[in-house]
Amino acid sequence: MVLCKELRESLRERRTLFSALLLGPVFVPALFALMLNLMIRHGSSEAEAPLEVAVSHAERAPNLVSQLDQHGIGVVRVDYDDRAARAAVQSRRHSLVLLIPELYARQLDSAAPAPLLLYADSSDGSDEQGRARLRAVLSQYNSGLARLRLLARGIDPLVLSPIALQDVDVATPASRSVLALGMLSYLLLLTMFTGGLYLAIDATAGERERGSLEPLLTVPVPRAQLIYGKIAAACAFMLLSLTLTVTAIALVLSHVGLERFGMSANFGPATALAAIGCCAPLAPLGAALMTIVAASTRTYREAQTYVGLMLFVPTFPLIFASAIGLKPSTALMAVPCLSQHFLITSLLRAEPIPGAYLALSIGSTLVLGALLIALAGRLYRREALLG
Amino acid sequence: MIEISGLCKRFGAVTAIRDVTMRAADGRITGLLGPNGAGKSTTLRILYTVLRADAGDAEVDGVSVTRAPLEARRRIGVLPHAAGIYPHLSARENILYFGALHGIARAVCEERAAQLLEMLEMQDYAERPAKGFSQGQRLKTALARALVHGPQNLILDEPTNGLDVMAVRNLRALLARLRAHGHCVLFSSHVMQEVAALCDDVVVIAHGCVVASGTPDEIRAHAGRDDLEEAFVRIIGSVEGLA
Repeated sequence: MVLCKELRESLRERRTLFSALLLGPVFVPALFALMLNLMIRHGSSEAEAPLEVAVSHAERAPNLVSQLDQHGIGVVRVDYDDRAARAAVQSRRHSLVLLIPELYARQLDSAAPAPLLLYADSSDGSDEQGRARLRAVLSQYNSGLARLRLLARGIDPLVLSPIALQDVDVATPASRSVLALGMLSYLLLLTMFTGGLYLAIDATAGERERGSLEPLLTVPVPRAQLIYGKIAAACAFMLLSLTLTVTAIALVLSHVGLERFGMSANFGPATALAAIGCCAPLAPLGAALMTIVAASTRTYREAQTYVGLMLFVPTFPLIFASAIGLKPSTALMAVPCLSQHFLITSLLRAEPIPGAYLALSIGSTLVLGALLIALAGRLYRREALLG
Repeated sequence: MIEISGLCKRFGAVTAIRDVTMRAADGRITGLLGPNGAGKSTTLRILYTVLRADAGDAEVDGVSVTRAPLEARRRIGVLPHAAGIYPHLSARENILYFGALHGIARAVCEERAAQLLEMLEMQDYAERPAKGFSQGQRLKTALARALVHGPQNLILDEPTNGLDVMAVRNLRALLARLRAHGHCVLFSSHVMQEVAALCDDVVVIAHGCVVASGTPDEIRAHAGRDDLEEAFVRIIGSVEGLA
């Protein structure tokens, strides 16, 4: 009864609707899609982007310049001395300046190390990749020359390669996409909590502030039942918000096309349903927690502040886990929020989830939720409630 | 019928009421009169079971509010001091919601709400969301809500606060009608004229104690003054806190 009324009232309130149905399910996936798109474009564009290097006194090293040319590095001929080169990089006229000193050709001819000066600003992160590319080309040129010299002296160049190191990347496309989707579980939990936020505040602190709490307490219904109804309403909104968000993200992911990226997003209807199933047990816990916090504050504003801060509580385990690189374990599966994070990550990786993990996650979350609901019931029996 | 005996309530170090004993009979309007902070609201709040008494008890139609609060709540209609209504529900929905909370069947509830809306002349704004209601419209909605389960006893905490003359007159007429139907009406006020105009019985409360009770005539006689206001001031012993 209380549930029905709270739902009906909330459906008429723009703010609640906005936070539950728009902010979460529309804004978050949109943000997410934008982020992914940027990452994809960023990742795939760097390699082909034309790189330009200002080369001072290019005439002193024609072979080197043609080598750069061959590797798609554009050469801008300039005439700088040391000071001018520094100034050019500092003023961002050129991000990279290669200065070929007079000594270069002579040293090269006499088979002594030939000096080259590369000017760059390491505090500017945006051309880090370009710098690395230039270095790679230069070191390739370097070892090419060395090999030629060895050959000229009748030595097998292979003596320079005692070790042949090969990188083997065992990441599957699905597990690679987890990197990009690492934020997903965080966003899901956050939107779910936001969905019930205003209802929780409105049904408690808001009700008291409007003065409708006192009449409500005079009806022949135990107080605990009133708060259970309110928690149930917040729960319903959280679940609605969660469902919408997951649906929206699934839609977005099918359009973003992670495949271009060499990743399979693995976010079909089955995964979406499973993700909802994983997060759903968290709804009673979150609703009870927000209701308790909101019910123990004095005013609507105070409730907004505290519940807003409280939104970050469920994210602590996540941040903590990623900071120290926690791996799923039976003990950690008993931690609400964290276990949901692990489950969603596993889902996205298309990894099998041990039944015990699932049971433990759902069980512990529901038990804690029930405890909090009971606590909320006790809280509502206190007199100080009226403020 | 409402009977209060030996009621005490402390909030921390502050004693709000000590030993309040009084009764309000069926078919009569009883006024709880006292200056601000005398303990009127605390007494009523204990009576409508929102607060718990430290000592003493109150009975509504013989049902103890401390031992059977849910049963007592069924027998009272309450208009608290700050009678907020739900801004996103219409007047009718506000009334129906409380009817449902009282466990009244939907059809009965609808019928009852329609009667109340007509009796209180609220048809014009019955379906509008309560957000834009005037003070008087809000009060009527809260009053209808308090009466939806047809309680024998009606408790009102300073009901005329912030109302214009017409609204006050309408309220008086309504209370008189309830009295005529044999209901027990108990309301608190710090406004003398109101009590004088409406009440059959007056209970004067000051510093958490009942200092006088009886009909307005008896009160006047008790204080040896012809004017009720003079009598009131004399009984309380100070003009402090009077409206």
